[in-house]
Amino acid sequence: MDLNTITEVVRRPLNRPGADWREGDAWLAGGTWLFSVEQPSLRRLVDLTALGWDPLVADRTGLEIGATCTIRDLYSFAFPDDWTAGTLFAKSCEAFLSSFKVWNSATVGGNICLSLPAGPMITLTVALEARYELWSPDGSARTVDALDFVTGDHQNVLGPGEILRRVDIPAHALRKRTAHRRFALTRLGRSTVFLVGTQTPGTSDLLLTVTAGTTRPVRLAFDALPDASTLRQSMDAIPAGLWFADPNGTPDHRRHLTKYFAEEIRRELSAGDVP
Amino acid sequence: MTYVVNGRSFDEEPGPGQCLRTFLRSLGHTGVKKGCDAGDCGACTVWLDGAPVHSCITPAFRAENHEVTTIEGLGPPGQLHPMQRQFRDGPGFQCGFCTAGMIMTSATFTETQKADLPRALKGNLCRCTGYRAIEDAVKGVTGVETAAPGKAVGTSVGAPAGDDVVTGRAEFTMDTDVEGLLHLKVVHSPHAHARIVSIDKTAALAVPGVHRVYTWEDVPRRRFSTAIHTDHLVDPDDTYILDDTVRFVGQRVAAVVADTVGAAEEGCRRVEVEYEELPAVFDPEAAMADGAPQLHSTDDPFVRDSGRNILLEIHSHIGDVDAGFAEADVIHEGTYSSPRVQHAHLETHGSIAWVENGRLNVRTSSQSPSIAKVKLSHLFALRPDQLRVFCKRVGGGFGGKQEVISEDLAALAALDTGRPVCFEYTREEEFTTASPRHPMKLTVRLGAKADGTLTAVQVRNVSNTGAYGNHGGETLYAGGAAIMIYRCPNKKFDGFSVYTNTVPSGALRGYGMTQPAFAVESAMDELARALHLDPLELRRRNIVRPGDPLVAMHDGPDDVMFNENGLGQCVDLVAHALARAVNEPPPGAGWLVGSGVASSLHETAPPTEHLSEAWVTLGDDLVYELAIGTVEFGEGTSTAHVQIAANQLGTTPSRIRLVQSDTDRTGFDTGAFASAGLFVAGNAVLRAANAVRDRILEFAATHTGVHVVMCSLGDGEVVCGDQHVPLAELVALARARGIRFTAARKAYGSPRSVVSNTQGFKIAVHQVTGEIRILYSVQATDAAVVINPAQVRGQVEGGVAQGIGFALTENYQVDAGGAMANPNLRNYRIPTYADVPRTELLLVKSADSFGPMGAKGMAECCINPVAPALANALHDATGVRYRALPLTPERIYSRLKENRSIRTA
Repeated sequence: MDLNTITEVVRRPLNRPGADWREGDAWLAGGTWLFSVEQPSLRRLVDLTALGWDPLVADRTGLEIGATCTIRDLYSFAFPDDWTAGTLFAKSCEAFLSSFKVWNSATVGGNICLSLPAGPMITLTVALEARYELWSPDGSARTVDALDFVTGDHQNVLGPGEILRRVDIPAHALRKRTAHRRFALTRLGRSTVFLVGTQTPGTSDLLLTVTAGTTRPVRLAFDALPDASTLRQSMDAIPAGLWFADPNGTPDHRRHLTKYFAEEIRRELSAGDVP
Repeated sequence: MTYVVNGRSFDEEPGPGQCLRTFLRSLGHTGVKKGCDAGDCGACTVWLDGAPVHSCITPAFRAENHEVTTIEGLGPPGQLHPMQRQFRDGPGFQCGFCTAGMIMTSATFTETQKADLPRALKGNLCRCTGYRAIEDAVKGVTGVETAAPGKAVGTSVGAPAGDDVVTGRAEFTMDTDVEGLLHLKVVHSPHAHARIVSIDKTAALAVPGVHRVYTWEDVPRRRFSTAIHTDHLVDPDDTYILDDTVRFVGQRVAAVVADTVGAAEEGCRRVEVEYEELPAVFDPEAAMADGAPQLHSTDDPFVRDSGRNILLEIHSHIGDVDAGFAEADVIHEGTYSSPRVQHAHLETHGSIAWVENGRLNVRTSSQSPSIAKVKLSHLFALRPDQLRVFCKRVGGGFGGKQEVISEDLAALAALDTGRPVCFEYTREEEFTTASPRHPMKLTVRLGAKADGTLTAVQVRNVSNTGAYGNHGGETLYAGGAAIMIYRCPNKKFDGFSVYTNTVPSGALRGYGMTQPAFAVESAMDELARALHLDPLELRRRNIVRPGDPLVAMHDGPDDVMFNENGLGQCVDLVAHALARAVNEPPPGAGWLVGSGVASSLHETAPPTEHLSEAWVTLGDDLVYELAIGTVEFGEGTSTAHVQIAANQLGTTPSRIRLVQSDTDRTGFDTGAFASAGLFVAGNAVLRAANAVRDRILEFAATHTGVHVVMCSLGDGEVVCGDQHVPLAELVALARARGIRFTAARKAYGSPRSVVSNTQGFKIAVHQVTGEIRILYSVQATDAAVVINPAQVRGQVEGGVAQGIGFALTENYQVDAGGAMANPNLRNYRIPTYADVPRTELLLVKSADSFGPMGAKGMAECCINPVAPALANALHDATGVRYRALPLTPERIYSRLKENRSIRTA
């Protein structure tokens, strides 16, 4: 929709944007969320896509995703064969409520910074143990664990004028085995719960990421595959207040689904190494 | 900077916060539609360098130096892109408002995407078709047929507007460029109930571009009902254009008129309103209780008891239900709830009003320009010749536009400023202020003998009319249909339509019959289980049959006649279909499978006064002009009207020029609702066409000296005995004598017959998650004489899909303060392609209709049995009875453990 209070768009921001950040500014990436709801408090948009950040850089150490990488690029990314977890890229894109048309513009960073519980790029990057590089308006940078970035529904650790520059996924996470489960109230709807389990090849460890059902991502690490009751207990230990209530699910149902699918993931990953 | 659209360069610059959608429309590309303005519906899909994007969430400046393609650039008339041709010839549309987006999306599909349409089409919503027609169009299946002269009825001819719809040239309400247009935006109440103490307009009027701010003090202090009915006495006059009391969250408080939408929005933010909050009540039972806040203190004689917030109370008792229950072997009682649901027609409400030569003109998105004119004439004290109301093509209605809720403010501002004024609803305003379906809670008590014979039927219905009484009365009466369907000597009905501090309820497909059908058909299923009878067998024993009186609340309508057992045939057809489909496999382990059925029946036209007048004239160009007031919004009446005329005039649809829905150019028409578009207006068309045919034949008989019984009208000629007289010759001869072949005829909604159907589902329910998957869907319906097979199929499929949405996916949530919690298509989930199964349609062809050519309206009845059939299937699968809609997974899973035989995680 038209954002009628916007009086200016910074089409060519500084390479280190943020120095002239002011009240009423918003970072613009794909714009697919920003233009989908009224934004009466905004006055100026700063277009980050003009900075030409590399969308996807893969090397020995892992994968670097520029924050303005589109969902389309991620979806069609041809990852190295030994990145067994690479199948999660497409699966996470398909977890979007939006269709492939929106993927043509929407970005990985935009989804993360929107920080909705159902943001699939959050699920993906938390599950793959990513770290985010954040740029502050004063020119400094910091790195945070993906797990710690989203703090609640539509809330994150970004300060005013701070931006997400890139996502770094370590190679060891990309070489893991994975299993995932997702549920939505309609067939291809927005996630009610979205869980991903990963396991280091040759081990019986388990890293279980719980999202969409909780207001912020929850990640549970087990050195060895837990039995069903241990897993259930660790699910029960998730604070009651974290279970999310919105039109896409109730806290009760989300907890119930999460426990059910966590067990399914546990069983799938206990089946031994897949060839 | 340069913008290139469809190969043409534009020097215009978009505003900094402008989206591509409005920029393209401002450049004249009005094929780019606004359905949601939020990226959810896909109606605005265009290509950016060949890649499809939602233009409403694309910043306009991003199109700079890129190539934009809109529907207008895809293929103009005569050079259609294959996908446009496929959508026209499918036909892959009804109202046509989503069509441009559907085509611009589908035309980009890869083979992989075509193989996975649920995913490929998830970004495109259609509210009309139920998606089967869209799937067929994408796959190139053709349903449109060509009619031979005089043989249009019974043929699937295409809609007259087909070419325009698929090329983006069909003009909808907002698709016009008006010089000097002002824009109106509304300040909405944040409170469920409050008195307005004061309104300060100063800051709003200081906003550059703002012309006017209207409050309750600026409008005619004249009460009306926003509900559209020919007989205005069936609704209470309890509403002001703007009021000094607000009775629901979202109610209009003030209206700001400005040069631009942005200035009007800014003006709205600056209107300062002081409220005195009043206690509010949201539940109708609570609203009737002693000490409840009182909403209205009107002296309107329609309102039964404003002290107890009762708009209307109905009590009827036929026979003796106590005696009936006393002789019953089994008694079942249950209370069933149907929630508020929204039409979600893709074109929002909107009107453009202006004054020209001293006359008010209103271009609007309505289901009845004739009645909208009557309402405006009352509100602004205008003589009928001082105003004109008209509709272009309308983007869906489903009853939502049987309501005057945008015309009044646009007219007020146009009359005051002398400037053209546009008032267009946002999608959020549709959800928070337009009238949804009445929430109803019904307690049904049934008594039956061991063999299933009903001995007593007792129903108590408490309906929530919301803050105003529009449609509150008529919908309560309409509920009688669910009681009328069964033969029983003892029936008792107690109904209450109650004011609460919630959005006013209104008309919606199935009008007051859908909720009672859910209750009674669920209760019948429970009774069948208690009796250990097959649910269809229980219906066979009790449905009304020819010769039975139709009895609901009173001794029975006297103008309804039926002499065929259409419903009995529907029941049998569904029984056979379900038996055949018995081996449908569940999706996997952990799924429970069940089947369910439900029936419905109602009159082929509504009970109160409805009329329509058609004019048919043979022009000098030898084309017949058919003028009829009925609006086209996807219900297909335009196609049917043209077919009826062509059929009777011995010609083809191409020789009929339709003039419609314009009070200056057509006669009075009740409107397209309650199946009146086919039944009432269709009869008017039939009579006018017959009259013109007879006039031509009489003239030809006189001219040739051959007796009129030996004359027949063909395509372009009259055959008199063995003489062939060209129509051109007759027209010239007639003109020379000052004669024009023209006729006007009226038709009424009486006498009537009944229309009926039966729906069957087989479903799978996941025993842990609560998810429902529909394995098989079948509806048998008494369509009588079918005028257009493709359209009949489309109406039923669309109604079933909408019914599935209301039953399974749509959840209108209201917070503790009375505000809607999910007022957008992202969170109020109307079905997508992936959510809707194909429905097998089985037709019963009865011959007892008084409709045109013996036809029956097909748009409404189809929705009524859907929800109860699903609830009955859910019970069959799980052993648990769900008596409240919607049947969403979180509500299902939480009760599955009530049946101990089911394992839950």
